Amino acid sequence: MRLTQGTFSFLPDLTEEQIRAQIAYAMKNGWAVNIEYTDDPHPRNTYWELWGLPMFDLKDPAGVLHEIAECRKVFGSSYIRVSAFDSTATWESLRLSFIVNRPADEPGFFLERNEVNGRSINYTVRSYAASAKPAGERY
Amino acid sequence: MDAPASSVDLARVYADSGVGEVLDQLDRELVGLRPVKRRIREIAALLLVDKLRRELGLTAQPPTLHMSFTGNPGTGKTTVAMRMADILHRLGYVRSGHLVAVTRDDLVGQYIGHTAPKTKEVIKKAMGGVLFIDEAYYLYRPENERDYGQEAIEILLQVMENRRDDLVVILAGYADRMDKFFGSNPGFRSRVAHHIDFPDYSAAELQQIGEQMLTSQGYKFHPDAVEAFSRYVEARMQQPHFANARSIRNALDRARLRQAVRLFDDRDRKLTVDDLMTIEANEILVSRVLAPGDTAAGGESFPG
Repeated sequence: MRLTQGTFSFLPDLTEEQIRAQIAYAMKNGWAVNIEYTDDPHPRNTYWELWGLPMFDLKDPAGVLHEIAECRKVFGSSYIRVSAFDSTATWESLRLSFIVNRPADEPGFFLERNEVNGRSINYTVRSYAASAKPAGERY
Repeated sequence: MDAPASSVDLARVYADSGVGEVLDQLDRELVGLRPVKRRIREIAALLLVDKLRRELGLTAQPPTLHMSFTGNPGTGKTTVAMRMADILHRLGYVRSGHLVAVTRDDLVGQYIGHTAPKTKEVIKKAMGGVLFIDEAYYLYRPENERDYGQEAIEILLQVMENRRDDLVVILAGYADRMDKFFGSNPGFRSRVAHHIDFPDYSAAELQQIGEQMLTSQGYKFHPDAVEAFSRYVEARMQQPHFANARSIRNALDRARLRQAVRLFDDRDRKLTVDDLMTIEANEILVSRVLAPGDTAAGGESFPG
């Protein structure tokens, strides 16, 4: 099952040119571009690991693309996303986030139904990849 | 484009690029530096023709654009580098045309493993523009074989070779020391395509530069002060630590200071705009540079 998180996630994977254009857009708006990776695709896992430092002062996407390539070399079988942080007062949050790398095989999620208090049901989402193995050995 | 692919219009491409504008501006705003301007024109022509050739599919390889600027302090290396970034941007050889000026401190770390990330960070920042390394010879310190400068040099060489379409590196410094630097780092010499030498300014040029500086700051010389200033320039050129246009700027800064003091001391008088703008001869003449018999002190307590 294909992970759909962030912008463009229902589209086919972005090409290098499209990634470059998105980063250029973020830089044009003065957003700090970050690269993050994780091997736990659970939707509640909001804090992914940061690759390097946020890139505040770059003028050209080439530097970010270079870092993405470096990150892929190390975490090629994990999820990698690019996010753009807007530091303007009253925004101070992410304005853009999209996945640039995903594992070849995405087993998806299991929906666990727990019957509680008679007929009520609690739902839990579990990632197959994350529940089978410890961090670092998934995918 | 409706023109057939077998012919191109050089004049149109030249006009479209807006390079002419930058070159004219360079001519107007920079005094002297004839050989430098000529070289820049040559480079611009080369790049323009190269761009046309690429449009016709004649060359695939991007040209090597790394340059070295050599010359004495204050001869306009940084200023020209900024214009160069603009020219390269207009011709489409760099994507954003910004200039990142660094020195050894920005590239070389203080302990093992610190240099590579630092250098790479600077290179990332310069991507899409021009990386200007001032006093580049400080990167190489042969007297200390464990110096981390070598590491920065290796990374730079690699980037200059592999990422030629992402950034242009300009190395700058004094001519003799740059020669030594290139001599001991043949890798740099072969990767730098354009060596531009910046000549020292003549007294007349310095005078003109001084007047331009004043005009841009909204000042002007009193007619007597013009003569005094030319005497000052002549005298200053003979003294140690003369830094061309930079010395002139410092001298003018001091003259402005004296002018302000003069106006302040006489503050009961009503001042006109002209009073506020005019620098008088005396403000130049009281300089230590022109003081008889006092050559050791120089005009500047700290030569700049």
